[in-house]
Amino acid sequence: MSFGRMHRKEDARFIRGRGTYTDDVRLPGMLYGAILRSPHAHARIVSVDTGAAEAHPKVRAVITGRTLEGLGLAWMPTLSRDTQAVLATDKARFQGQEVAFVVAEDPYSARDALELIDVEYDPLDAVVDARRALDPDAPVIRDDLEGRTGNHIFDWEAGDRARTDALFERAEVTVAQDMIYPRVHPAPLETCGALADFDKVTGKLTVWCPTQAPHAHRTLYAMVAGLPEHKIRVISPDIGGGFGGKVGIYPGYVCAIVGSIVTGRPVKWMEDRSENLMSTAFARDYHMRGEIAATRDGRIQAIRVKVLADHGAFNGTAQPTKFPAGFFHVFSGSYDVEAAHCEVTGVYTNKAPGGVAYACSFRVTEAVYLVERMVDVLAAELGLDPAELRMRNLLRPEQFPYVSPTGWEYDSGDYPKALRLALDLVGYDKLRAEQADRRARGELMGIGISFFTEAVGAGPRKHMDILGLGMADGAELRVHPTGKAVLRVSCQSQGQGHETTFAQIVGQELGIPADDVEVVHGDTDQTPFGLGTYGSRSTPVSGAATALVARKVRDRARIVAAAMLEASPDDLEWAGGRWSVVGDPSAGKSLAEIALAAHSDLELPEGIEGHLDAATVYNPPNLTYPFGAYACVVDVDPGTGQVKVRRFVAVDDCGVRINPMIVEGQIHGGLADGVGMALMQVMAFDEDGNHLGASFMDYLLPTAMECPSWELGETVTPSPTHPIGAKGVGESATVGSPAAVVNAVVDALGPYGVRHADMPLTPANVWRAVQGRPFRTDLAIP
Amino acid sequence: MQVPATFAYERADSVPHAIALLERYGPDARIVAGGHSLIPMMKLRLAQPEALIDINGLAGELGRVAIEREGEGEELAIGALVRHAELLDSTAATDLFPIFRDAERVIADPIVRNRGTVGGSLCQADPSEDLAAVFAALGATAVIQGPGGVRTVPIREFHRGPYETAVEPNELLIQLRVPVRPGTGSAYEKVERRVGDWPVAAAGAVLTVEDGVITSAGIGLTAVGAEGFHAPEAEELLTGRPPGAEAFAEAGRVAAEHCEPHADQRGPADYKRHLAAELTRRALTTAAGRI
Ligand SMILES: Cc1cc2nc3c(=O)[nH]c(=O)nc-3n(C[C@H](O)[C@H](O)[C@H](O)COP(=O)(O)OP(=O)(O)OC[C@H]3O[C@@H](n4cnc5c(N)ncnc54)[C@H](O)[C@@H]3O)c2cc1C
Repeated sequence: MSFGRMHRKEDARFIRGRGTYTDDVRLPGMLYGAILRSPHAHARIVSVDTGAAEAHPKVRAVITGRTLEGLGLAWMPTLSRDTQAVLATDKARFQGQEVAFVVAEDPYSARDALELIDVEYDPLDAVVDARRALDPDAPVIRDDLEGRTGNHIFDWEAGDRARTDALFERAEVTVAQDMIYPRVHPAPLETCGALADFDKVTGKLTVWCPTQAPHAHRTLYAMVAGLPEHKIRVISPDIGGGFGGKVGIYPGYVCAIVGSIVTGRPVKWMEDRSENLMSTAFARDYHMRGEIAATRDGRIQAIRVKVLADHGAFNGTAQPTKFPAGFFHVFSGSYDVEAAHCEVTGVYTNKAPGGVAYACSFRVTEAVYLVERMVDVLAAELGLDPAELRMRNLLRPEQFPYVSPTGWEYDSGDYPKALRLALDLVGYDKLRAEQADRRARGELMGIGISFFTEAVGAGPRKHMDILGLGMADGAELRVHPTGKAVLRVSCQSQGQGHETTFAQIVGQELGIPADDVEVVHGDTDQTPFGLGTYGSRSTPVSGAATALVARKVRDRARIVAAAMLEASPDDLEWAGGRWSVVGDPSAGKSLAEIALAAHSDLELPEGIEGHLDAATVYNPPNLTYPFGAYACVVDVDPGTGQVKVRRFVAVDDCGVRINPMIVEGQIHGGLADGVGMALMQVMAFDEDGNHLGASFMDYLLPTAMECPSWELGETVTPSPTHPIGAKGVGESATVGSPAAVVNAVVDALGPYGVRHADMPLTPANVWRAVQGRPFRTDLAIP
Repeated sequence: MQVPATFAYERADSVPHAIALLERYGPDARIVAGGHSLIPMMKLRLAQPEALIDINGLAGELGRVAIEREGEGEELAIGALVRHAELLDSTAATDLFPIFRDAERVIADPIVRNRGTVGGSLCQADPSEDLAAVFAALGATAVIQGPGGVRTVPIREFHRGPYETAVEPNELLIQLRVPVRPGTGSAYEKVERRVGDWPVAAAGAVLTVEDGVITSAGIGLTAVGAEGFHAPEAEELLTGRPPGAEAFAEAGRVAAEHCEPHADQRGPADYKRHLAAELTRRALTTAAGRI
């Protein structure tokens, strides 16, 4: 059996420092690029003088928006069918926007030459507060778009408005709460960058780039730049963290490519930390108003949500194109409600583009945070215990497959079991008793629960595509004569351990050790087409393709085995990793034996060409719906507002676990993310649009000191639609944990009558919440 | 890539050599000690010195922590090149003044502490510097050497404003001296958003009690706009009174009144002022308990 704990195959190179990241790739004659960025959030560009930079002895090219205009490349399409400036021509629309690109003999000279470029800006008022973006007198950010007179991008809705409103009108109890899920950033260890090498002789362009979607990038380069697709090779080497921030194409990538075409030499561009935080895909930035209609005894009947979505200066969210708010409309969550409705309005502001990143499952994070906060607000209103209120409203096991009021079909689940397990593990009743004792002594302790349902594995191509590219993924499996195998997949690991888990899937299906399977990924010349790794889709989609392609190989092996055993294929059974004659397990053939025979002079039945290799494409029939129950315990210092996370229990159900160790690692990381978002991370902007979190001094990542020793539990409810019953898990903990932490803090502040406080719950924010004078966490603190 | 602009580099082999190099390169030269403040600023090109004078080879002259006789009494002498980690490890310092242990455990992280120096911290003169409050509470003296020889400056006059100190461009801070008094307790209290972060606010307290009465009180404050990083009005209020919860709370209130905190992303001004009071009270309470 190949499922189970095994060390990651990748670790051998990673822990020795022998990984190969984009910045490790060096080509002969390579040049280095650097980007000049706008210091203003909103400014007309009067002139760009590159003369002095061009005169720098080590500079080989200076590219501006004007240069790109000549090539028709000054603007590029975004994944949300908007356009984005590659290098600004008319205006700078966010602080840190790309204005010019210098190519030089070494990175130091490239950086020095940036100071020699003279840009004259005419600063304009900036739109910083999303809530002011639609004011009639707000400056128009996208005056490049024909006929655009305001900053409105889209209105979108889901669910049944009339039924929802009717339930609200009749409801015994309603609660409402405004909340911000502030702008955050995944801040991967490795920043973004690209090494482009255009070979003028062969006409072939090779791009090394830490992309989560190498095939999608290749196709987009072909479509945008008009380069022939077979002459483009995208190589995504080892990636130091993606989290959705490495799905899209950034201006720097295009600049590196243009730089290589212009100079005829390879050009590498790697952004620095501040560039990464200021200009690459942010996450969230949802201003939400949630409402619940319920009965007095705590039955949730309907949920209503209004969202103002800050998309920054270009609508560049990376998500299935038909869903402008991603999967936010899964917000009815894990509860049995009669009706639900949401309206989302997207607006432009003078901030960087993005919105879907940071392990958000296409905005399931925002949805889960909203509903889990709202349930606690309702519990406070009704004077009910929040765990008990959840238990009363969770979907019951017999309701699956369950169609939600906004149209999702949840595949499988046993929610009460997971919640009970979490409550048992944390010792819920004892904690409540302790809390009462502590409150009597003036101490603040809080217990927070969150229950989440994820929706991952996009997705059925009928509904889900990115710019017309359906979200189905291929897999190819080659079996060598000695029974060793090579699996080629379209997705690309950024730490998920695919080289291990996908080998385990093949091993499980073919009865060979996972160590006998090499997984090839991240190189478009070597792998089949597919849309890549994000939204926890690798195991649900590529993992399924892997299982199915292995089964194809197994079916072929059956025919060969039948020839070897001189039996009919129909008389064979697959047992113990071998094909054997029914009733005679001793006369069986292992895959290695069959593989050798398939490459030998053995006479095969008519219509069988030999070898065992197979290919497939998996078009998922549905998403998978992992879920979990989390419980967090915090202590709050009433004198300073400091929060200490004392304990965190996470019960996750991601269906069948291929490698429990890797699953747990994914969960640990996501829980740390949750502590970070809940307590310290935010990208705020001052009134001029200056980014107030542009370095790790200001944008805080959690450390081991802020994280308790995670306590994990599991239930296993296989997915009925996935060939091995697995569901995605890469984002579960990031999706589920912030609400648990915030609920715990707000619970701790109960004696002060606090019902809600926005993330991040920094000491200052907690103290102000206690005072009843909260400040906006997304703006400069006044 | 974050890289500094071009600069010249010189390695000093003695304090006089360092001073001679400073004279040679003029005011656009900078001393580099641990480099944990200066190098990031250079990488962000907020600082573009023409020359760096590296004093890391001067541990023999500047890297000692020692208790020295001074007239009738004793002083704790801390060399400017003593690393944060060395101060934290020095039981000579931390047993006498637990305030060093309290503070050094929460200054930056082990990586920064391994290289960052006491002198660099004080000369950087960041308005949120922890050690500025610590030495202010301790009533230390800064020893400065220049072409004309050695001079001393009381630490409370050392800071001339944000990022400005009494050290002239051709001078070197070489040592901090702290008077040792019997019957003294000390403590430091800091609120940070995350481990390794600069303080939202912090307070240090040093109390000497004789016959049940406070004979000397030192209160240091950082990140809250306290002039000279200390709270003289609150110190005065405590002197001559018996230590106690009420006195400490009042001292906290008075200390807070005399601060001028500014709002930033660490918190609004009213919160920082509140912390000045609360942390002063807590530091005094702990310090009194350690006498
Ligand atoms: C991530 C991080 C977190 C930090 N967190 C904190 C914190 O929580 N609290 C806190 O207080 N500090 C913090 N710091 C600051 C840290 O304590 C200082 O960077 C460090 O101690 C300064 O000392 P240095 O030796 O590195 O100085 P350098 O960077 O070498 O020098 C700083 C300045 O002092 C001058 N200088 C240095 N030595 C002398 C001398 N002997 N005479 C004259 N001038 C001199 C230099 O010319 C320069 O202008 C943090 C720093 C970092 C990088």
